[in-house]
Amino acid sequence: MEAKVNVQQSGNGKFEPRIVAFFCNWCTYTAADLAGVSRMKYAPNVRIIRLMCSGRLDPQFVMDAFAKGADGVLIGGCHPGDCHYVEGNYKTLRRMDLLKRMLKDLGIEEDRCRLEWISASEGDKVKSVVNDIVEKVRALGPLNMPGKFKDWDKEIEELDGKVQAQDEEQAPAHVA
Amino acid sequence: MKFTYFPGCSLKGSGRAYEESLLAVCKQLGVELEELDDWNCCGATAYMAVSERQAFGLAARNLALAEQQPHELIAPCSACYMVLKKTQKYLVEYPQIGQEVHDALSRGGLKYAGTAGVRHPLDVLVNDIGLDAIKKQVKMPLKGFKVAPYYGCQIVRPYADFDDQHNPVLMDKLFKALGAEVVKYPLKTRCCGGSLTGTLPEAGLGLSFHILREAQRRGANVLATVCPLCQFNLDAYQRDMSNKFEPVHMPIVYFTQLMGLAFGMDAKTLGLQRGIISIEPLLKKQEVAA
Amino acid sequence: MKEQSNGDIRIGFYICHCGTNIAGVINVKAVADYAAKLPGVVVSRDYKYMCSDPGQALIQQDIKDHKLNRVVVASCSPLLHEHTFRNALEGGGLNPFCLQMVNIREHDAWVHEPGEPATEKARALVRAAIKRVALQKPLEKKETKINRDVLVVGGGIAGIHASLTLANGGMTVYLVEREATIGGHMAKFDKTFPTLDCAACILTPKMSAVGENKNIKLWTYSEIVKVEGFVGNYKVTVKRKPRYIIEDLCVGCMKCVEACVYKEGRTEDDFNEGLSKRKPVYMPFPQATPPVVLFDPEACIQLKTGKCKKTCVEVCDRKAIRFDQKEELVEINVGTIILATGFQTFDGKRLPQYGYGVHPNVFSAMQVERMVNASGPTEGHIKLKDGSQPKAVGIIHCVGSRDNRTNRWCSRVCCMYSMKLAHLIKQHTDAEVFNFYIDIRAPGKGYEEFYERLQEEGVHFIRGRVAEVTDWAARKEEEGRLVIRVEDTLAGFVRRIPVDMVVLANGLEPQADSQDVRRMFNISCSTEGWFLERHPKLAPVNTFTDGIFIAGCCQGPKDIPDTVAQAGAAAAEAYALINAGVIELEPNTSYVVADDCSGCKTCIPLCPYTAISRDEVKKKAIINEALCKGCGVCVAACPSGSIYQNLFSDEEIFSEIEAVIG
Repeated sequence: MEAKVNVQQSGNGKFEPRIVAFFCNWCTYTAADLAGVSRMKYAPNVRIIRLMCSGRLDPQFVMDAFAKGADGVLIGGCHPGDCHYVEGNYKTLRRMDLLKRMLKDLGIEEDRCRLEWISASEGDKVKSVVNDIVEKVRALGPLNMPGKFKDWDKEIEELDGKVQAQDEEQAPAHVA
Repeated sequence: MKFTYFPGCSLKGSGRAYEESLLAVCKQLGVELEELDDWNCCGATAYMAVSERQAFGLAARNLALAEQQPHELIAPCSACYMVLKKTQKYLVEYPQIGQEVHDALSRGGLKYAGTAGVRHPLDVLVNDIGLDAIKKQVKMPLKGFKVAPYYGCQIVRPYADFDDQHNPVLMDKLFKALGAEVVKYPLKTRCCGGSLTGTLPEAGLGLSFHILREAQRRGANVLATVCPLCQFNLDAYQRDMSNKFEPVHMPIVYFTQLMGLAFGMDAKTLGLQRGIISIEPLLKKQEVAA
Repeated sequence: MKEQSNGDIRIGFYICHCGTNIAGVINVKAVADYAAKLPGVVVSRDYKYMCSDPGQALIQQDIKDHKLNRVVVASCSPLLHEHTFRNALEGGGLNPFCLQMVNIREHDAWVHEPGEPATEKARALVRAAIKRVALQKPLEKKETKINRDVLVVGGGIAGIHASLTLANGGMTVYLVEREATIGGHMAKFDKTFPTLDCAACILTPKMSAVGENKNIKLWTYSEIVKVEGFVGNYKVTVKRKPRYIIEDLCVGCMKCVEACVYKEGRTEDDFNEGLSKRKPVYMPFPQATPPVVLFDPEACIQLKTGKCKKTCVEVCDRKAIRFDQKEELVEINVGTIILATGFQTFDGKRLPQYGYGVHPNVFSAMQVERMVNASGPTEGHIKLKDGSQPKAVGIIHCVGSRDNRTNRWCSRVCCMYSMKLAHLIKQHTDAEVFNFYIDIRAPGKGYEEFYERLQEEGVHFIRGRVAEVTDWAARKEEEGRLVIRVEDTLAGFVRRIPVDMVVLANGLEPQADSQDVRRMFNISCSTEGWFLERHPKLAPVNTFTDGIFIAGCCQGPKDIPDTVAQAGAAAAEAYALINAGVIELEPNTSYVVADDCSGCKTCIPLCPYTAISRDEVKKKAIINEALCKGCGVCVAACPSGSIYQNLFSDEEIFSEIEAVIG
């Protein structure tokens, strides 16, 4: 059964993915600024959240983004060796390895979560990566975790109701 | 080692000495060559200039046939080599051409997945077989031979996949291993004129002439090539060049013929009698030395 | 919405038109209307230029009138104006860290087409910022003192000028130079364009001034090996390589060089670009600063085998020679650093068609600079390898520049120095000179006039990229000479031009170890390898790392006037910091809530600044605020969530995530 589907559609009915991006302040956020200054045009589906370092990224942020309705998550950090805080991006890399396995087990497709190293002068890479992830996620369709949660809640509710009804049949009524 | 062998039109015609010497040398080195069944002309540089699409189609047919064979494809003639290589690369890089050619091939019941490529025998013999294995076969070192190694343009331009583009050295190394002296030769990769000797002789003849004169000036007494058209241009017009420009006189051989000579094979097996400028005087020198 | 101690959250929202930059793409009024309805927002405005004085005054007035305790500004990138608006808040009496900016210009209006998707994105970002700002807490500014000493890395003209400027202003400057003398590339030039000043005449006085200045600690033959700390408090380790001479004792008389057991030099002299040889003990060049000799451990018999007559020691009156000298590591504390490490020239061997290293009479431009120099290896005579004078010289522009196969950039100085060399060659010989160019780039003061002068002097300018330099002759007049084959694009045909000497105008490229150096200093570089400036127009000498500045060719190819200008600019930036005495640091530091900490020690090895330690008594982690740089790695790692980060707490970020999705 279909719960209320909160899926974005553009004017022509095409599915528009909603992608949350976590960009590190020193490299990727700056590169995105550079893309802006250079007026490079890319898909409007990505919403950027600024972190000081990609190492700040708690895997729970990614999980929460999906849980709240994101169709994709993009993480941007400095190239290995270039982290402004020396090694933050290495920690990101390690966490991503584990996170990817977890997402796989949860049935979330690999293309929905992506880690990219983008340095401050690579404005064009921001454009190409954003466009690429938008198309890949578009092809996968909406993830719609909130919708799925509602479905599962409803299922549980119904089951609960059935079990309760069974219990009351068998057990004596409470004495007031 | 086994290879699928694409001779091309020249090696069955005016360039048959190349085939004769290549097969003899490969046999000696334990390299098996199986001729590609039902091969067709590659179109060479001429067709590519007339109609690119159709030229690609023509060449692609050979690649499609070769792809059905389990071994790598060898093309000794530099023009065949370059055209086949260019076809393979363009079909992959330019989907529009690829699509048209694939359609054409499918009408002939063939298909080409882009995996079959082409190698040049100079690459295979020196890089794959190796100089050590070749040295083992040398029975009569080429004493007294001062060789100008002439690579021509098509095995280094535009693709220089197996040697340096400006200063290739595989033949230099090979001939040293055969016991010959290799002269320092700046015109290694200069064009011989190709088909121009026929269509625009006032241009083509000059190009080949410079190659010969410089080889002479550098002290060479033989020039070695990898391409049948180069061999022909440099060999067949020496009298015209001498009349028009300056006297030039030098035997022009295939690198495989030099290999065969060093291996102790006789001139007839290697097709050396087919050269217009005779290599006899040099052979006498080699015998005396050996 | 969380409650504040003084009541509820009162947010002022401001969206900037930025002229038509934002308003032309995003429906700013619609976004303002949308924001007005969001929880906590008490005033919502749109305005043409929020960063202007009236724009900031608007915020300050609203803070008073509406008792705002949070502000959200939707405009350009925070990297540009976060500081501006934080100051505005402070001016209005509100804690500056109660601000959140929304980047709807660089990240929205400038990268998307006008229309509903761009406006919808703006709404989402605004919603996220409004939700987040409510969770932000007032914070105190963090300040740190600036150490007055300055480190200048590189002793070329940029490093020299920056050092003198700062030293004359009273600062103590450590000038660290890798070679045995300062002077850099400029010391090798003969004349400089376009005025044809003698390079040594303008450089050596500055070099002497450096040597004599009491405020400059000149450490040549030294390299930086480690950099720790942060702006105002850098701790730098310098490796001082052994010269095997006590620097203070040597007076530069060079008797040791004369007396050396080697009667002639056998080692290629780097300063003369390999055109001459030197002995194992040598003075880098006659005007070297400091004027001290050094020993080459690869060539000196005593240093290699321990068995030498040591005639050098016998003649040294000052007893300055010490064969047992060892390399020394010295630590210094400085507040600011200026990197002026310069460039290297393109190696002509990478373009084999020009024959460098193959044909003896193909020279690099730097070699010709040395030849043309009166104190160079040929005493100012332009000579071919066999000692004769050339009758024709070809100068090839753009070697290793403007080239897809090697370096794509224009090296900016080669056209000018090629013309200078053409002029000098004509002056020193009777040779015909040909310059082969793609475009003549002569943008500076007097540069175009110099080009005209060269044309009047009869130098031939041929427009065409040279295809090859070869030694095979097609015609009689080419025999025994080098031939330049080029398409003369203005005349419309291919030419073969016989010359005796070919000069390659090699381009400039980043130093071979520029990647290692910039990582050591924690700055970024561009894709080509030049050190990256903070902003190409407005901050060309700053880097993204506070306290570290760049000057000269390490930032990109440039001529001497621009190099000196940048060196002055970097010195001014350093001086501004020093004069201010303190610098404000971002208060986005992390702290441990001890009650929640379980003492698991996960966080402790993660901090690259060793800011986290373990209190062995309480068995809890504790963060040293002064060392914390605010990266947040520990926050993300803490299994019990007991580490919080100011301005980037989990709570704040989760609220952003939820609201941005919508």
